Amino acid sequence: MKTFNIYMVGVGGQGIGTLSEIMIRAVDYSGQNCIGVDTHGLAQRGGVVSSHLKVGDVNSPLVMPGDVDLVIALERHEAVRGMSYLKFGGTLVYYDTSWQPLPVRLGKETEITTSEIEEFSKTNNLKIFRVHYDLPDARMQNIAILATIAKYQLIPKVEVKHYLKAMEDLMSERIFEPNKELFLRIIND
Amino acid sequence: MKTLGEILIQEFPFSEIVIGNTAIVRAMIESGVKVVTSYPGSPTPEIAEAIYSIPQEKRPFYFEFSTNEKVALELAFGASINGFTSCVFFKSVGMNVVADSFVQLSMMELLGGMVVVIGDDPGANSSQNEQDNRHYARLSYTPILEPKDAQEAYDMFLKAVDYSRSLRSPIILRLTTHTAHFKQKVNFGRYFPSQVSEPMFNVDKNGPYIPIAANVPIMKKRALEKLNRWKEIAENFAYVSQNNNKRGIITAGLPYLSLLDILGENVQKVDILRLGMVYPLPRKAIVEFLRTHDEIKIIEELDDFIEQSVKSIAFEERLNTKIIGKVDIDDWIGEYTPEKVSYVLKKVWPELVVSIKPSEIKLRVIQRPPQLCPGCGHRPVFYVLSKILSKEDISVADIGCHTLGFLEPYKVGQVLLSMGHSTATASGLSLLNTSRKVVAFLGDSTFFHAGIPGIINAIFNNHKFTLIIMENGTTAMTGHQDHAGKKIKIRTLLESIGVKHIWEVDTYQQNKLEEVLKEALNSDEFNVVIAKHPCMLKFTRERRRKGLVKVPQMGVTNRCTLARVCITKFACPSFQTDTMGNVYVNKDLCIGDGSCVPVCPSNALELEKVESVGDKK
Repeated sequence: MKTFNIYMVGVGGQGIGTLSEIMIRAVDYSGQNCIGVDTHGLAQRGGVVSSHLKVGDVNSPLVMPGDVDLVIALERHEAVRGMSYLKFGGTLVYYDTSWQPLPVRLGKETEITTSEIEEFSKTNNLKIFRVHYDLPDARMQNIAILATIAKYQLIPKVEVKHYLKAMEDLMSERIFEPNKELFLRIIND
Repeated sequence: MKTLGEILIQEFPFSEIVIGNTAIVRAMIESGVKVVTSYPGSPTPEIAEAIYSIPQEKRPFYFEFSTNEKVALELAFGASINGFTSCVFFKSVGMNVVADSFVQLSMMELLGGMVVVIGDDPGANSSQNEQDNRHYARLSYTPILEPKDAQEAYDMFLKAVDYSRSLRSPIILRLTTHTAHFKQKVNFGRYFPSQVSEPMFNVDKNGPYIPIAANVPIMKKRALEKLNRWKEIAENFAYVSQNNNKRGIITAGLPYLSLLDILGENVQKVDILRLGMVYPLPRKAIVEFLRTHDEIKIIEELDDFIEQSVKSIAFEERLNTKIIGKVDIDDWIGEYTPEKVSYVLKKVWPELVVSIKPSEIKLRVIQRPPQLCPGCGHRPVFYVLSKILSKEDISVADIGCHTLGFLEPYKVGQVLLSMGHSTATASGLSLLNTSRKVVAFLGDSTFFHAGIPGIINAIFNNHKFTLIIMENGTTAMTGHQDHAGKKIKIRTLLESIGVKHIWEVDTYQQNKLEEVLKEALNSDEFNVVIAKHPCMLKFTRERRRKGLVKVPQMGVTNRCTLARVCITKFACPSFQTDTMGNVYVNKDLCIGDGSCVPVCPSNALELEKVESVGDKK
């Protein structure tokens, strides 16, 4: 394997920036080359926010649709958007929550369901990880996602210790402790 | 936890994972920049975030957010002619705001040197156009460097300062959205803290600084002589990878990396000349590259800037190398991502492009337009106006979060040019027009930035329309930077200009807001409504920082008759519909603001009684 491409997608306000920051550091701690880029700007007002991460022998930080190994989605509708980036046999990890986009709220589209996502995955032989926990704070959802990625080692060569070290770099003690606890609880589950 | 501020000011060399914007701040520190100014705009605000991460007393340079880009540039100019190295940074369209003063810079002796960092936005991710600011370089005889990634943004900034100081000439460092946000491990050098020197401004020694009459040709000549020096320097920024192929590609910036990705192993089958300085161009390197190839393809984002010059160089040198530039209109539009470069190159040399098969599954991908945040104080204004404006009335948008009013379901704000245009555009729309009401919007930061001249003009020339100033107390869209409103009251300023009719209303008081807006729209003279409410995104972030995590939330009681006004007309994103068609509140989104309560015709919305927890201080 020469390269490993990751595409993260969510809704503005879900904290995708923090997640991508932890991930790039974790990959760096695993001793692999890694570059990335987040989208900023207008999209942060409730629109789509995405982040690209490329591991290995890579040039541009931007992934190409159809060339992604792992899609991480923080929301159900965004999971479907992310799937359009996956290669045949790729992996989707998504947090099962619904932040309904305007066309759904206005009744012009119906809400995406988990079974719809399962159905889509069969066509291209995709692996799907659905993540959902009872959490005290919605902003911990990305840590639940991260724990799932670490638990199943969905990024080659990146181990639990690398993620923890990255989290510790980026979080104050007050935030790190409860997040670490959740992270380890899911891993040891 | 590592704090960014501490990392940035350490004296020893280090490497760290940062974005291009942050890397530039370390370059400012290492190169002894003394004055930095800006007006916030994507993709550059993270430069300021990195600066703010350093406590003010430890910051090795002066920094300010100025009232607008032009003011910021003039400040940096003033510092530089006094001998202090300066830097100004702003977004793509900020270049239009600075233009009046910027075009003069190359004629001046900038003793300290001055770097102008611009964040261009191919793809218009967060701008009203995707203008190619390289044209300004040619217009003003100013050199322009274009890095490909975060490491090079840092490296080039250091070189830019060196050259700029030695030539006493301005230089542009042009980032694009994804070089500004390019995240990678960057290797930094050593920082030697330096003392502030004495102010050096001296007309006799370094002037003239007044470009009037006989001085202009002298000063212009000086600029052109320096440009000749820059032409030589440009050769140091020409990067060639040569394998004796007959075909070559000329490119620059981030598109170069896109190109490498889509060439894959075919990179051996074509030679590449990458230009680090895109104005003036390295003539010798280009001539050599043309001479040694039969066919050249130019891959450049946005306009045919390099293409025109390369073609004229080939003509002057009588070279008959085939030069392939832009093939069609599509080549002029959008960011040169790997996907785009693949599309562009396939039209010419398809066999060089590594083919990636896009996914063939039919997915139901649902659009997600951006929208105002839960609790946003702008929402009641758009909701009320969508009720009381007639179809014939005209609403003029401006730049800011409130631009989003143009989207469904409000559709308020129908025309937009630039920062602060709304007051004068509305004046124009009110001319020869007695039948259709005109209402304009202006954000508070934009009011100070460029909104005031249009208001003064409306008073001076007796124009008639309603101006709604959307005051949320911050520059929200770009990440909550402070603005002059912190010290200067908008109302006081309006009164002193001579605005006779001014209403001030908190937008959460919806009945009063509606009353005021109706009265204002029926007024016979120019009038202003200051529609106030603090930015709730800022408010909730600060609340969380204090540790307050659980607050009362909105509940839909059984009085709900499914009128769905909260969803279809008020459109707070917290309101969702379940599979049975019932309305519920998304607890992850609702901030418990209660601004929705008055919109429900059956009075079904009620704040749930949840005990607040956390530190309420």
